[in-house]
Amino acid sequence: MIEINGVETDAAPRPGQCLRTFLREQGNTEVKKGCDAGDCGACSVLVDGSAVHSCVYPAQRAEGRSVTTAAGLGTPEDPHPVQQRFVDAGGFQCGFCTAGFVVTASTPEPDDPDLGHRFKGNLCRCTGYRAIADALGGRVNTEKGGAAVGRSLPAPAGMRIVTGRESYTLDDTPPGVLHLAALRSPHAHARIRAIDTSAAAAVPGVRLVLTHQDVPDRLFSTARHENRLDDPDDTRMLDPVVRFVGQRVAAVVAETVGAAERACREIVVDYEVLPAVLDPAAALEPGAPVLHGDKGPEARIADASRNLVAELHGEVGDTGSGFAAAETVVSGTWTTQRVSHGQLETHGAVGWLDETGRLVIRTSTQVPFLVRDELCRLLDLPRDGVRVLTARVGGGFGGKQELLTEDLVGLAVLRLGRPVQWELSRSESLAALPCRHPMRVGVRVGATRDGVLTALAVDVLSDAGAYGNHSPGVMFHGCHESIGLYRCANKKVDARAVYTNNVPSGAFRGYGLGQVIFGIESALDELARELGLDPFTLRRRNVVVPGDPVVSGHEPLPDDDLRYGSYGLDQCLDLAESGLRAADDVPAPQGDEWRTGEGMAVAMIATIPPRGHFAEASVTLEPDGTYTVRVGTAEFGNGTSTVHTQLAATVLGTEPGRVRLHQSDTDAVGHDTGAFGSAGSVVAGKAVHRAAVALRAAVLEKVPGRLGPLGVQDGDSFTPLTDLGPLTARATHDGTPRSVAFNVHAVRLAVHTGTGEIRILRSVQSADAGTVLNPEQLRGQVEGGVAQALGTALFEELRVDEAGAITTTVLRNYHLPQFADVPRTEVYFAATADDLGPFGAKSMSEAPYNPVAPAVANAVRDAIGVRPHSLPLTADRVWRLTR
Amino acid sequence: MDLHTVTALHRPGDRDGLAAAYPGGPGSALLAGGTWLFSEPQPQLRELVDLTGLGWPALVHEPDGGLTIGATCTLAELAAEAPLFRQCCRALAGSFKIWHTATVGGNICLALPAGPMTSLSAALDGVAVLWGPAGTVRRMPVAEFVTGVRTTAIRPAEVLRAVEIPASALRARTALRRAALTAEGRSGSVVIGCLGESFALTVTAATERPHRFVFPALPSGPELQAALDGVPTWYDDPHGAPDWRAHVTARLAREIVAELGA
Repeated sequence: MIEINGVETDAAPRPGQCLRTFLREQGNTEVKKGCDAGDCGACSVLVDGSAVHSCVYPAQRAEGRSVTTAAGLGTPEDPHPVQQRFVDAGGFQCGFCTAGFVVTASTPEPDDPDLGHRFKGNLCRCTGYRAIADALGGRVNTEKGGAAVGRSLPAPAGMRIVTGRESYTLDDTPPGVLHLAALRSPHAHARIRAIDTSAAAAVPGVRLVLTHQDVPDRLFSTARHENRLDDPDDTRMLDPVVRFVGQRVAAVVAETVGAAERACREIVVDYEVLPAVLDPAAALEPGAPVLHGDKGPEARIADASRNLVAELHGEVGDTGSGFAAAETVVSGTWTTQRVSHGQLETHGAVGWLDETGRLVIRTSTQVPFLVRDELCRLLDLPRDGVRVLTARVGGGFGGKQELLTEDLVGLAVLRLGRPVQWELSRSESLAALPCRHPMRVGVRVGATRDGVLTALAVDVLSDAGAYGNHSPGVMFHGCHESIGLYRCANKKVDARAVYTNNVPSGAFRGYGLGQVIFGIESALDELARELGLDPFTLRRRNVVVPGDPVVSGHEPLPDDDLRYGSYGLDQCLDLAESGLRAADDVPAPQGDEWRTGEGMAVAMIATIPPRGHFAEASVTLEPDGTYTVRVGTAEFGNGTSTVHTQLAATVLGTEPGRVRLHQSDTDAVGHDTGAFGSAGSVVAGKAVHRAAVALRAAVLEKVPGRLGPLGVQDGDSFTPLTDLGPLTARATHDGTPRSVAFNVHAVRLAVHTGTGEIRILRSVQSADAGTVLNPEQLRGQVEGGVAQALGTALFEELRVDEAGAITTTVLRNYHLPQFADVPRTEVYFAATADDLGPFGAKSMSEAPYNPVAPAVANAVRDAIGVRPHSLPLTADRVWRLTR
Repeated sequence: MDLHTVTALHRPGDRDGLAAAYPGGPGSALLAGGTWLFSEPQPQLRELVDLTGLGWPALVHEPDGGLTIGATCTLAELAAEAPLFRQCCRALAGSFKIWHTATVGGNICLALPAGPMTSLSAALDGVAVLWGPAGTVRRMPVAEFVTGVRTTAIRPAEVLRAVEIPASALRARTALRRAALTAEGRSGSVVIGCLGESFALTVTAATERPHRFVFPALPSGPELQAALDGVPTWYDDPHGAPDWRAHVTARLAREIVAELGA
């Protein structure tokens, strides 16, 4: 007998079962799986009042004990005090880790004031922990009531999240759901000569085995864009050739996860091992193993015979004479590592057939509509034959702008006519799913004695990994705003994205900008140093200002739609500079081996991806007088649900509580490109704003007067809203024209020359996001971006062995920033209002990540006198630099 | 995570039952806290033998002043015992929630270089008490019991019953230093000094197995360095490069000697 939240259950756990899955099987889906290995704490529960990680707690050991989950601590109507504090402080973004935090925080033990130690077993990838610290300390950051844009309204789902009621992708599955598991390649490059699935098919409980012989022979890209031709069609659902360690070889669907995994182990594969190449420079050499030589021009690979996914070469002006005219020229090569997104909710999807026989997939994605469209193409189904939707998504960061699970789940559902789910493990997520593109960035920059740039040349080599998903886009984007930020008559860009037999690289927060900015901002720092100029001064002398074209390696096309909808970089530079001057947040450590230094870096980003990002929205006045907003974009912690509610409520003069959202469902609206490219507020939000304006006009056309929360007042006459519905207005936004947003990061830090330890003493970031729609939420986006970037700058790295396998396959070895690792960052907003975005807002979700790593590296250079050229700046590497 | 291949979980209540349940074959594993066992796939396993039903006392203070730590003593129980014990628990990568179930014996038998219970037991001259299947008992120093990365001197069907800490070690003055790439991440080097009638310096986490150097008295800088130069291999994993580990270990060792000499 196990007692769960005060109710005894007779269900008997299996001998090898952990408490986490036992609790979920009893319906307690508030107990999340982030790592399944005791590292992340999303599954934390109390056993007889004592907090444990339920994923590493043998379920049978809970016999005779009482278990309390987040849902047992409190309810939305009667929350536990800790739960109320998380709501009041806004102590979450995606919310996937929150139930575990709440449970852990609810225990008084250990009596340890050191929060960094107490919460080392609770990972949050979204917030950067400041908002969580505020929650623990009882700070109130959110505002109650009132819709006005500019107020820090709480997320609508907040109380559900903290009490474990909010449903995520796999929290609500149809009865009788089958489970899919994948066999993955042990080789970096091999051809499957034969594959014997007979023993696998004979495993009890197995319902389906899929190999490359069983899937549609159709090439696609896992990357999803508005225009599917943006990415090379180089991928098969299951391929007779495997090109990286961890590639899917076969899939098994069975009654239980255990049976599916066992059957995978029974599959016998005869591999012809092929030569592999892991280094992108080597992959370009003549005679290198060719990964996609079998593909023709229809795959849209720049040069498959040379492993070249895409390339970009361009020059404006004449860099030769520009460098000749320079008084000072600096150059260097900077490299960045493989980084994992680390969303707490791993990828997963569940599919079934609805009552009309339509395929329905609920998946953890940023792009439900684009997934729907590609599934139709892969599975030969009409658009109305597939519905794709998401629940609240447990973090994205670009990693879910891909089609990685839905294809096999959809195919299995169609073959079997039964519900099928596939939940990826953390190790699969770390070792076999797309990561951030590692890049080698060569920068050469020349300037006059006054610090005016005369020439800027950038040479980028990007490791695409085994497939080209996102590699062209990341390369083009990476080389655009990073270089376009600077006014310089002579610029040259050479960039190549190259196939290797590494795990594929994909979309990651910043979409290539962060890697190139690390190189350029490091080079400019060196230039400032050579010229004896303050780095802020050097930037002020050279950054673009309104009126300047944004130019990278080519003159902008005549139809270029990038505008200065507003410009706050001047303010951002001032704010970051004055912010850095303030006193340290952490006292500088004493001792003659410590050296302190300061560094800064700048980033610019277009507010919307180029060449079309579409959103449809509708707002309905319901017969009961409330409003329903329908919008396609997904909520994954980016806060668009709060913003969309605020936008609609503001326009309609109502309370946010009277606005309901129906989102991220291909049944909700006609189309939405998706939640990427920081488009949630400025594209989908703009469509919501327009639809709300149109609805307001429609209401007032029926009954002129002043629209209020309950009706229309016209002199003495009042018409209640309940007399006016249903009434619907629709609107769209096509993502053009686009504006630019800016971020400046500055840090002061100390480096211990004897151990290489870095201590951040002060960290500030200024952001030009136009009108700030929700200050607390925007601050959280900036802090979260900074925290993720500090992980990249300081310690995160997916390590690869000589055979091409990733070795950092658990979170103990791939260290995500913990509570103790993230310093406070003071955030400043420029006061601008954009001509283009809703209420003058600009996007601000990827951007805060981009300037952090170079700011930190520049500060390290300032401290120790040696310039770092590669990330991450772990203590062992920094110590080597000091020698 | 679920161990799907496990079809039986035995929970013996006495030593005979343990011997019967645990013949020591490859498909069978001892379950103590389970915090590591359940943290990685174990497709080779069919049976688990739970040691927590044996009722081994967590901590026994022996009449001679020694301390017997039961193999199933949890880190939470241990941490309350002494400052050095708590420091070692804090060196664990896992959180305080892991302390509630992770055990001293499990951590030692796992034989990770950064296993802090290995650090503690080796530093305090701890002796592993090993129960053989036929009722035999074998003892060996923990510093020798852990032989390498994930390897120990345990024999098939043998069970780590306890670690005995001699009274002399408990009376000694101790100092612990730790280096890691991140504040609360896995240790890159854990160095413990133990000054009694002689001085013992124990290096773990930075090396593939514990290295315990005994000096008649606090060593000079060159003597210390000469000892550390005898370490054949500095460990290489994502928690620190070997050259850095060698370097910081020497620093930490010097700090310990300075502290205990003060």
